[in-house]
Order: sequence, then structure tokens, then C-alpha cells
Amino acid sequence: MDFILERYNYWAIIGLMMIGLYITFQSGNLIKRLTGLSIFQTSVFLFYITLGKVTGGSAPILFGRDLKPHGGEAPTDVVAGAGAAHDAAGDVAGAVYGPVNGLYETYSNPLPHVLILTAIVVGVATLALGLSLIVRIREAYGTIEADEVAAIDLDTAIAEAADREQTEAAA
Amino acid sequence: MADFLASVGDVFALVRQPLGVGLCIAGALLCLIGSVGVIRFPDFYTRLHAASITDTAGASVLLVGMAFVSPTGWVVLKLVFIWLFLFMTGPTSSHAVANAAYLAGLAPKTGRRGDLTDDEGGWS
Amino acid sequence: MSDPVAIEIAVFNVILLAMLFVVGAAVARLRSLFAIVMLTGAYSLLSAMWFVTLDAVDVAFTEAAVGAGVSTVLMLGAMLLTSRTAKADRRWARIGPLAVVLVTGSVLIYATTDMPAFGDPFSPANSYVGADYLVMTAADIDIPNIVTAVLSSYRGFDTLGETGVVFMAGIAVALLLGFGERSLSANRARGETAPVRTETKADKSDHHVVLRVVSRILIPVIGIYALYVHFHGELSAGGGFQAGVIISVAVVLYSLVFGIAAALDAVPVAFARGLAAFGVILYAGVGFYALTQGYNFLDYDAILSHGADAAGHHGDTNTHGQHIGIILIELGVLFAVAGSITTIYYAFAGRAPEIRDEDW
Repeated sequence: MDFILERYNYWAIIGLMMIGLYITFQSGNLIKRLTGLSIFQTSVFLFYITLGKVTGGSAPILFGRDLKPHGGEAPTDVVAGAGAAHDAAGDVAGAVYGPVNGLYETYSNPLPHVLILTAIVVGVATLALGLSLIVRIREAYGTIEADEVAAIDLDTAIAEAADREQTEAAA
Repeated sequence: MADFLASVGDVFALVRQPLGVGLCIAGALLCLIGSVGVIRFPDFYTRLHAASITDTAGASVLLVGMAFVSPTGWVVLKLVFIWLFLFMTGPTSSHAVANAAYLAGLAPKTGRRGDLTDDEGGWS
Repeated sequence: MSDPVAIEIAVFNVILLAMLFVVGAAVARLRSLFAIVMLTGAYSLLSAMWFVTLDAVDVAFTEAAVGAGVSTVLMLGAMLLTSRTAKADRRWARIGPLAVVLVTGSVLIYATTDMPAFGDPFSPANSYVGADYLVMTAADIDIPNIVTAVLSSYRGFDTLGETGVVFMAGIAVALLLGFGERSLSANRARGETAPVRTETKADKSDHHVVLRVVSRILIPVIGIYALYVHFHGELSAGGGFQAGVIISVAVVLYSLVFGIAAALDAVPVAFARGLAAFGVILYAGVGFYALTQGYNFLDYDAILSHGADAAGHHGDTNTHGQHIGIILIELGVLFAVAGSITTIYYAFAGRAPEIRDEDW
């Protein structure tokens, strides 16, 4: 039971990822495909953030006693605790849910937050690029269905080949 | 007089938490009623009506409840700003949506309730 | 798991996940692109709520502003330029994707059996670098928001790359779709002279008056809020990325209500483009300034430093240089993101004739 409770988040997120993947594979419409891709992307973000959650933690913004007065010197035990944080992984024997050495409060891991924050902004930039490509495809082909675009491409290629044969025959 | 004020303060400190929590629950219920309305009402305009009025009112009640349980005055000030923002944007966006639908030629459904057939009940 | 707070969070998780599943399934089944785009926005908003329950307030802020706001606007713009409905799929064509998805999903779920438990503070991801950032920020940089500290100082190089990507995407979209001047010619083709706002008396009492009045009040407030988000990024959730997106949202609102021609008057395309370029240059310039002072690239201790000692150590414990550096590069991010997103929006909005109520 504990095993399930500790991992149901991962499974649910994988389910969401698979919905996005399914939309991306199955849909012939290019815009729908991009929405599937963005659902997949958002699910990956969820996965990262889930990994950074610490039980009993709060948002990684220092507060209370961890927040030293502005411009003051850091309390010495904080600096001393910095090196000890490396050993936190080896500390599983005393697995008590509590703050990292050198801090008074428990915080969630800020690293995934940073990675995902920038990834979201980059995600919208790439999404915009994809959408603009779709707009150009629509202008060139008159459709945004993948199979129709492929059919038009095939027709054009056949026509070009026929043209080439004709000119070769004439020569 | 001072005694009276002090006793008012005591009573306020006593009822603050339950009152705030009660208002929060009331606001949440209002929003829930709005959602039921969105599903149950027959056409676009009545649905929009259900969504917008209950959302604005529900959010206002929720914010008042939060103001009661908030620890400091600064939080109350922030809540006041949030309320102002919601009170301006919510009705405006509903108005814009309804206006656009009306200008696009979507007619409201009129007549008795029983007259509407099943597929007339939904807006697509 | 017996802890009441943990159970509360678990209940939240299950409710939000269920809603995400419903929205995702609806997107997979629907064919109306308008509904699909709006549901994708709802999906982003729901995941932003979930980020809040997982303590990622900065990420939630960004997702709500970018994922639910700007992406939806851009997708709607692209949808208007292409088509409104997707073609019906053939039933048998679903089998292949479904099989691939099922196999991939089961492989991934099998892999989770080796994963650390949810919320484990001693998992590898939470132990080494992340914990160090938590501990060292107070002494190194002295700002409360660790996400901002890591984003702009510890991993400033990373963020420079991402700012560059946003800038390049803006330029690429502009090169593909044009810079937005087309809308003016499209209006002219309709036999109208831009800008569309005509000044007759009948027009002044038109049906958009409520929108205009409220937007006129709201747009300055949005601008001030963006600046608040920007300058409080070191103390609370927020920062240059979010503030830049909010500023461009103000431009989007202005152009939706008053027309693209008026928006192009107020914020010219060249200005948005230049702002984006200036932001990236400002960011990189801070890095090169540090190089010229003999420090590492983007080492903000170079600002306000007293030079290295004989051994080449920069033993300066003063964090003011870090503060100034963070303010500068966050400004760079703000300019780059605001300029790029505005350029992208103009590219989409300028491609088509203006959207009228009658067009719907």
C-alpha cells in the first residue's frame, strides 16, 4: 500500500504523458498535434516538479529564522552546514524528515523549479515557431492535415517526374 | 466605552476564525452552484449568466472570508486589490463574450422549458 | 502517510490529477480546434494549480502566465489563420498509436519501481546540488528567493542560453510570418484606411465601450503589476521571465481591444524587436564585463569588487555585487522576453485581417 501511495503520482503523470503522446501520434491535424505535444511537455514539467517535492517542505523562499537581516553576516552554523549537506544522501539511516543541515525550516528542492521555469518560457517560444511553420504550410498547401499535405507532395513529385521524362524524350 | 470596545475586540477575536472559514465555504458553494448552472442551463446566455454572476459573487465571499482569517493588515490590503481586479475583469469578460455572441447572431432560446427538445438544449 | 497534511496534499493531488485526465481525454476526442485550444489552456491552468501544491510557486506563476495565457493567444491566432476543425480520423488508424502508447507507458511505469518515493528528502535529486543551493544562498547572494538566486546567479549561464533561445524564436517567427505590417495592407485591401477606429458619433457609442473603458483602466495596472513582479522577484515568486510575459500581455490586450493598428502605433514593431535584442546584449554584456575584470563569465562579484589578492583569490564577502548583477540580468531577461513575445504576437496578429465580431 505504501508502495502505491509513494508512486501513484508518477503513474498518473505517465498516464498524462501518454495522452499527449497519443494525440501527437494519432492526429493528422497539425495544430492538434502541437497541442498534444504541449500536453506532453506540461506533463514532463509536472514530473520534474514532483521529483523536487520534499515532504513537509515549503516553497524555496527563505523565511523566519533562515532569513538573516539584510546586509548582516551569515550565522556561522549555516556556512559550516554547507559542507555537511553533501553527506545528506548518506544519512538515510537517520531518515527523519527535517530541514537540511544548516537550515531551520524545510524547503522543497529549488533546482527542478529553476530548470522548469526556463523550460516553460522556451516551450512557448518553440510552440510559436511551430505554429508559424503551420501557418506557412497552410498558405503553401491550403490544408493543415498531414495526410493531405503528403498527398499533394506525392502528386507534385509525380508531375515533376513526368515533366522530366517528357523533356528528356524531347531531347 | 473602553470596556465595550475591548469586549467587542474579544468577541471579534473569538468569531474571526469560524466566521472566515464559514464565508470561505459559502463562497466555494456559490462557485459550485455556478458550475452546476453551467451544465444544467439550456442555452449559451443562461449558462454565461450562471457562470459569471456566481463566480464574481463567490470569489468576493471567498475573499471576505480570507480577509477574516488573514494574519496581518497587509494581507487584507492585497486581498482588496485582488477583489478590485476580479470585480473589474470578471463582469467585463462576461460582457465581452455575451456581446460577441449576440453580434455574431446567436439568438437566445425563448419559450417554455418543456418546448425545448434535447438537442436544442445544448449550444455547440 | 498518516500525517494529516500529507493526506490533505494527497487528496488535492488526486482531484487535480483527475481533472487533468478529463481535460486530456477531451482534447484527444474533440475535433473542434477552438475547443481543443481552450482546453489546452485549461490544462495549463490546472497544472499551475498543481505546481502550487508541490511548492513550486515560481513555476506555477510562469505556467499560468505563459502556458495558460500567451500559448492560448498564439494558438488561437494560428487557428484563425488556418482552420477551425480537424478532420475526422479513421477508427482503425487509432490502433497503431494506441499500441505504441501502451507499450511506452508500461515500460515507463515499470521503470518507476526503481524511483525514490514521492517527497523523499534523501532522494538523489534532492540531495546534492539542490540542498547546497538552499544552504549557500543566504551567505553567497543574500536574497530570500532561492529560485531567483539559482536562476540568475548560480546558473546564470544556463539562463543566458534560454534567453537567447527565446530571442531567436522571436526572430525566426518574425522571419517566417513578417513583422506585423501586413495587417495595415490587409485593411487597405478591404477598402478601409488604417487605423480602423473611426471617429463618428455613432461609433463612439458602439458596443465595445465597456471593454475600452475597462482596458484603459487595466492596462496601466497590468504594467505596474509587471514591474512589481519583476522587482519583487528576489523576495517572492516572480522575476524577469514572468514580468516580461505580463508586459507583452498588456500589449496583446491593447491590440485586441483597440485594434492592431493602434497597438503598432503605441509599441512599434521595431521597438519590440530592438528591446529583445537589447535585453540579450545587456545580459551577455554583464558577463563580458565580469570577464574584463578578471573574473569568470557572469560572476557578479566582479561588480563592486576590490580586485583579487596576490594569490588570485577574490575573497570579497560583500554580496552587493551579486545584487546589482541579478538586477541587471533580470532586466535583460525582462526586455528580451517582453520584446520577443510581443514580436511573436505581432507576427501572428499582423498576418490576417483584423478579427471582427462578424467573423465568428
